Amino acid sequence: MEKKEMRAVYAETLIDLARENPDIVVLDADLMKANGTAAFAKAFPDRAVDCGVAEANMVGVASGLSAAGKIPFASTFACFASRRAYDQFFLSANYARLNVKLVGTDPGVTAKYNGGTHMPFEDLALMRVIPGLTIVEPSDPTSLAGFVRLAAAHRGCVYMRMPRTAANVLYGAAETFAFGKAKVLREGGDAAIVALGSVMVNEALAAAEALAAEGTHAAVIDALSLKPLDLDTLLRYARSTGRVVTCENAQIAGGLGGAVAEAILEAGVAAKFARIGIRDEFGEVGTVEYLIERYGITAAHIAAAVRSLT
Amino acid sequence: MEMHELETAAREIRRSIVATIARAKGGHMGASLSEVDILTALFFGFMRCDPAAPEDPERDRFILSKGHGSEGLYCSLAHRGYFPQAMLDDYLGHDSPLTIHPTRHTPGVEMNTGALGHGFSNAVGVALSAKKSGRRFRTFVLTGDGELQEGTNWEAAMAAAHFKLGNLVVIVDNNRLQLADTVENTMRIEPLGRKFEAFGFEVRGVDGHSIGELLGVLGGLDYEGERPHAIIAHTVKGRGVSFMEGVPEWHHRIPTGEEAARALEELSK
Ligand SMILES: Cc1ncc(C[n+]2csc(CCOP(=O)(O)OP(=O)(O)O)c2C)c(N)n1
Ligand SMILES: [Mg+2]
Repeated sequence: MEKKEMRAVYAETLIDLARENPDIVVLDADLMKANGTAAFAKAFPDRAVDCGVAEANMVGVASGLSAAGKIPFASTFACFASRRAYDQFFLSANYARLNVKLVGTDPGVTAKYNGGTHMPFEDLALMRVIPGLTIVEPSDPTSLAGFVRLAAAHRGCVYMRMPRTAANVLYGAAETFAFGKAKVLREGGDAAIVALGSVMVNEALAAAEALAAEGTHAAVIDALSLKPLDLDTLLRYARSTGRVVTCENAQIAGGLGGAVAEAILEAGVAAKFARIGIRDEFGEVGTVEYLIERYGITAAHIAAAVRSLT
Repeated sequence: MEMHELETAAREIRRSIVATIARAKGGHMGASLSEVDILTALFFGFMRCDPAAPEDPERDRFILSKGHGSEGLYCSLAHRGYFPQAMLDDYLGHDSPLTIHPTRHTPGVEMNTGALGHGFSNAVGVALSAKKSGRRFRTFVLTGDGELQEGTNWEAAMAAAHFKLGNLVVIVDNNRLQLADTVENTMRIEPLGRKFEAFGFEVRGVDGHSIGELLGVLGGLDYEGERPHAIIAHTVKGRGVSFMEGVPEWHHRIPTGEEAARALEELSK
């Protein structure tokens, strides 16, 4: 499968946007090289702001830039974007109804060898409770470019999670995306696997493939937009299949699993339900392959969860 | 320990750092080599600490706030006898306590650090506890210079002076580089000495690669007084390996086999 480096796509898209819109500015906190935003700084030195190792300040500054009319895209590792800068993002950006785009890189297990301090499993739950915030986790380079463009056009704050390294290309260049819209990547009438982010969507596709060989046909839904959630699609598949498994590279409490469970129960849909994700544990060091096994979030775990819903 | 023994220890620690990072194919070479002489002065020449009693309530405390320099700390602790040197062979192994950023699972490690901007505040708490319970141990915390861009450090500095923590020493590994560029280009922190002074610290500058100078300064501080101490240690990132010294890429670069061999060769002289 074709792969593209996510951070390169992020920077290229911002450079294109910046050519069209003079208000786009890019901030980082000593991670421009790591996050790919160095390419933007090279193209637009005057519109790139390195705030140094000072993430809370960066998000406060981004809020100020927004208040004065700019469209700031601020990036840092997702652990710092969420935990370190949370109050600034919550109050200065969101409560003030400003227009700050915060991009957290290395989500969940993609922090790999950076281990527990740098492995954000909690960012989705933290962000979900900020009123009115839009939260997306693109699953591939095409959806990443699409959502960066949507974020720039959207008036309001956005939190986006993004692995830095290469990810499989799942969508053709002509595909269009929208906040609050999931994508059905694979049809199936026996179960619905709802996955968020590149790691989990690829695992979900592999799980569906394995299940198909056994005669169980699971639909794979790429959630993409955690908030707003695509209730129409999710509830339709919950009703028609009666079996839902959510998959996230994050704590199951408060993230995608929580959001889908709430939606299904509140809609009164009688579907069997299971969650794949991190179960109240801290991060560790390792490769992505090791870590998804360690935390029980592989394709095999997803397939087993689908089988268990009888 | 005699000075030549301390210098030998520092060289051995540097060799271990290079070997450990090369073997594990992970770690922060420049940051670890930068801090070695400071750690050697503290653990081998100055602090009241006993590897056989790492939980002794009277021990002097050391907190590595620049937690990405963990290999420097692990190798120093191993050479000092806190745990077998063989454990370094399994650095970054799945069941090893030696993770890329240090945690309290490792003997001799006082706090979990690695997200920058935590250790100084932690040190204020530890030193405050000593003061409140009438214990005479001293608390040393090592920060990066880039790390000082995190605002929490300055909240900690304010608190240290306010609580009159003469038993606290913050040492800045002032190697003038951060992740990808110089501190000056990224986000200026100078005038550093005057900043600490303004916050109420007693400030000393020192050659951070002279164990003798470091010991002289550490030995001359008033730990019973009311002013906290800042030591600005002038260092070179990647110190000891000619082709790593002052080169930003070595913040995070992993040496090839050939580079590691060359580095070890240089460090054997
Ligand atoms: C809160 C936080 N932000 C960002 C990082 C990523 N990071 C790791 S090391 C580093 C640069 C540190 O530079 P400095 O403090 O000067 O330490 P040196 O390596 O030079 O000793 C950065 C930004 C981090 N670990 N923690
Ligand atoms: Mg530095």
